[in-house]
Amino acid sequence: MSALAQPRVRFGGGVLLVLALAVLLAPWLAQALGAHADTVDLYRRLAGPSLRHPLGTDELGRDLLLRLLEGGRVSLLVGITAALAAAVLGTAIGLVAGYFGGRLDAALMRLTDGVIALPLLPLLVVLAAADLHKLGVPDALRQSEAMSLYRIIVLVTLVGWTTVARLVRGTTLSLKRQDFVRAAEALGAGHRRIMLVHILPNLATPIIVATSLAVGEIILLESVLSFLGLGVAPPLASWGNMLTGAEETIALAPMLAVYPGLLIFLTVMACNLLGDGLQQALDPRQRR
Amino acid sequence: MSRFVARRTVEILVVLAIMSLVIYALIGLMPGDPVDLMIASNPHLTVADAARLKALYGLDKPLLERYAAWAGAALHGDFGYSRLYAQPVLTVLLPRLGNTALLMGTSFALTLALAWPIGLLAARRPGSWLDDAANFASFATISMPSFWLALMLILVFAVQLGWLPPGGATTIGVGGSVDRADHLVLPVITLTLVNFGPQLRYMRAAMIDTLNHDYIRTARAKGAGETRILTRHALRNALIPLITVVALSFGSLFSGALVTETMFSYPGMGKLIYDAVLGNDYNLALAGLLFATLMTLLANFAADLAYAAVDPRIAYR
Repeated sequence: MSALAQPRVRFGGGVLLVLALAVLLAPWLAQALGAHADTVDLYRRLAGPSLRHPLGTDELGRDLLLRLLEGGRVSLLVGITAALAAAVLGTAIGLVAGYFGGRLDAALMRLTDGVIALPLLPLLVVLAAADLHKLGVPDALRQSEAMSLYRIIVLVTLVGWTTVARLVRGTTLSLKRQDFVRAAEALGAGHRRIMLVHILPNLATPIIVATSLAVGEIILLESVLSFLGLGVAPPLASWGNMLTGAEETIALAPMLAVYPGLLIFLTVMACNLLGDGLQQALDPRQRR
Repeated sequence: MSRFVARRTVEILVVLAIMSLVIYALIGLMPGDPVDLMIASNPHLTVADAARLKALYGLDKPLLERYAAWAGAALHGDFGYSRLYAQPVLTVLLPRLGNTALLMGTSFALTLALAWPIGLLAARRPGSWLDDAANFASFATISMPSFWLALMLILVFAVQLGWLPPGGATTIGVGGSVDRADHLVLPVITLTLVNFGPQLRYMRAAMIDTLNHDYIRTARAKGAGETRILTRHALRNALIPLITVVALSFGSLFSGALVTETMFSYPGMGKLIYDAVLGNDYNLALAGLLFATLMTLLANFAADLAYAAVDPRIAYR
C-alpha cells in the first residue's frame, strides 16, 4: 500500500471520497431539511443563507445546497462512467497499436495525435447540437429525460480516450520485448491470448493513472458543454448548467456563481493530484 | 528544405480535404435544413414550393454529391450566405479571424513568457520551494474550469470593482487602441491562465530530462557557468521535445478561445462558430470550423519549421 504514503494520493483520494459520500447521503439531508432539490419556491428566490436553506436559494427558489449535491451526483456519474468507457476504448487502441506495431501503429497514433491536435470544442459543439433523429436514434430513447446524459457521456468518451491510448501503447511497446512474452510466444500462444492474458494485466498501472487523470479532464469538458447549454439539460442539475443561470444573476447573487465552479475546481484538482500521485507511487521510474 | 515545405503543404491540403468532408457530414446532422427554416418563416410556402426549393439547393441529392458541389464553390472562394448575418460568409468571417488571431497570439506569447522561465527554474532544483509553488500553480490552472475563471474575473473586475469592461471588443462611440486593449485584458488573462499549467509542466519535464544527461555534467566539469549550462546546453535540447507538445496544444488553445470569446462576447471565430451552430447557420458554421482547422494545421506547420531551426541534426528533405 505504498500508494497511500503519497500525500497527493491521500489528498486527492480523500477529497473525492468526501464528495462521493456527501453526494450519496444527499437524499437523507434533503429529508432532514424537509425539501427536495427540485422543489421550486418562487416566493423565496435568491434568498441568503438561513436555517432552512444553509446556502440560500437559486433563481427559482430551489435549495442551493441540495442542488449542488444533486449536480455533483450527475457530474461525478458522467465523469466516472465516461472515463471508464474512454479507458476501455483507449486501452484497446493503445494495446493493438503497441502490440502489432508497424503501419497499424503508425496509423492509430496518427489518429490519436490528430484528435489531440484538432480544435475539439468547436467540433463537440456541433456534435452536441446534432439532430438525433437524423442519426437514427429511436424516438422513445430520444425523448427520455436521461437522453442528455447518454449523449454527453458518448461525446466526451469520443475525445477522452487519447491519454489512455498513448500511455498504454508506450508500456505495451516495452512489455512485448520482455522474456515472458517471448516465452508465451514460444509456447504457441496466439496474439489474442498474449495481449489479453499476458500483457493486459501488466498494463494496470498506466490504465489506472490515465483513467484518474481522464476523470478530471472529462468533468471539465462536461461542465463547459453543460454550461454552454449543450450537455446535461435542465431540470437535471449539473455543476456546469447551474452556472448558466448564475451568469445572469451574478450582480444580485454572486455566490450562486461561485459555489458550483469551486466544486468543479476542487473535484478536478483532486482527480489530477490522485492521478499524478498514483503515477509517482506505482511507477518507480517516475520517482525523482 | 523547400521539398519539406512542399510535402507538408500537400499533407495539410489532404488533411484539410478529409476534415472538410467530416465537418460537412457533421453539419448535415444539425437539426432541420435551410428549406425547413424557410418554411418556418413563411407560412405561404406550399409543399410544391418546398420541393422545388430543395431541388434548387440540391438538398434532394446524396451527401457526397452535395459535398462535391459545396467544395467546388468553396474552392472558388464562394462559401455561400450566412443566414444570421445576411452577408456572404467570408465577409462575416474574415474580421473575426483577425480578432481571434490577436487574442490567441497575445495570450500564447504571454503564456510562454510566464510558463517557460518558471518551468526552467523549477526544473533546476526539483523539490525546492519554487518547484513546489510552480507545481501547485500548474495543477490549479489545469483544474480550473475556463468559463468559471472568466465568470469570476467578470464578477471581481467588472461588476464589483468596475475597472474593466465585462465584454465586447470596443465601447460603442469610444473606440481607439486604448479602448480595444481595455477589452482584451480580461479575455487574455483567462486564456493565458488556462494554458499556463500545461506549458509549465512540459517545460519542467523536458528540462529535468535534459539536465540528467552526461553532456551537462561534462559542461559543468569544464567550468561552464550556471546560466550558460541552462540556456546553451540544456534549454536548446529541451526545446526539441517541447516544440512537439506545443504544436499539439494549438487545438486546445482554440477550444479555450471559444469559451473565452463566448464568455466575454468577444467577436472572434470561437464565438462565431458557437452562435452559428445554435442559430442553425449551416454555411457559417461549416466555414468557421474549416478555418479553425486550417489555423490549427498552419500553427502545427510553423512549429515543424521551428523544430528545424532548433535542431540542426534534422535535415528536412
